[in-house]
Amino acid sequence: MAAPLTQDEALFQFLLRMGDNTLILGHRVSEWCGHAPVLEEDIALANTALDLIGQTQMWLGLAGEVQGEDKSADDLAFLRDVWDFRNVLLVEVPNEDFGRTLMRQFLFDAWHSIQLGHLMKSSDERISAIAAKTSKEVAYHLERSADTVVGLGDGTEESHGYMQSALDYLWPYVGEMFASDEVDAAMVKAGIAPDPASLRADYDALIGRVLAEATLNIPDSGFAHKGGRNGKMHTEHLGHLLTQMQWLQRAYPGASW
Amino acid sequence: MKNEWPLWEIFIRGQHGMSHRHVGSLHAPDAEMAIKNARDVYTRRNEGVSIWVVEANHIAASSPSDKGPLYEPSESKVYRHPTFFDIPDEVGAM
Repeated sequence: MAAPLTQDEALFQFLLRMGDNTLILGHRVSEWCGHAPVLEEDIALANTALDLIGQTQMWLGLAGEVQGEDKSADDLAFLRDVWDFRNVLLVEVPNEDFGRTLMRQFLFDAWHSIQLGHLMKSSDERISAIAAKTSKEVAYHLERSADTVVGLGDGTEESHGYMQSALDYLWPYVGEMFASDEVDAAMVKAGIAPDPASLRADYDALIGRVLAEATLNIPDSGFAHKGGRNGKMHTEHLGHLLTQMQWLQRAYPGASW
Repeated sequence: MKNEWPLWEIFIRGQHGMSHRHVGSLHAPDAEMAIKNARDVYTRRNEGVSIWVVEANHIAASSPSDKGPLYEPSESKVYRHPTFFDIPDEVGAM
């Protein structure tokens, strides 16, 4: 058994989780650029992707400081391998179709907005400052993705079918966002971040309201895939994503513009 | 195309005290989404503090063929222009 984490090691892990979530989801959403079903959605998705990648710069930038190995946000984003990533599995699953992309966005945005609401009260001022800045962007992401989920869920028979199958597919990835471990315990103890499990009731209330309005049924299953936020086992999809995202820095180390 | 969303005309107010100006148009399924799309398409470089959207088919427009009767009569009435007053510099742009 490895030695227990120091406070800085736990904080580093927590910051990687925040930054890797926004990095990987930002990259996934950016894959729609130039391919979305309508021009307006294309621009909106690109805006969301850019917001998330901007947030990543703050989270991973701070992670690099805390780690103390002189690594920048770019180093952490482009030079780590799959097993070093700490994002939840939800954000790495492929886009598939527009419905699944929007449902994934909504399921993440709902957690993200609740999490940032708590982090604004963090005992660590660097974290509360990032949370205050990013929460406005995320409030808009949530408003937009929730509206789209309702519009498509309570839309035509075809769009409803897409949204219900997206929810059925993604539901087993929701539970991981609320799984607590020793990193979270250290964050709770220091007043830095809330216990993930404690966010579940607010989350269920929020998504319950939106999904009911969208006439969608939440699957009756508590099964949850896990392994992303603790890095034990990512899905096969993350490696493929990283080869796309990281190839330039891998092929031309230190390239810049 | 029958399945296309309706067209909306977008008006943005650049700053407090200015009037809303027409900036372009976009498609959206309803007014709320038109505002959101306008936010994403037309205010991403900090262009605005307020958005109006109007479904394009609710805009009534003058007919180009009526140009003569509508606008020509005022061409010869220079006395309607406030060019005969000295306006103090402090007034600024009017």
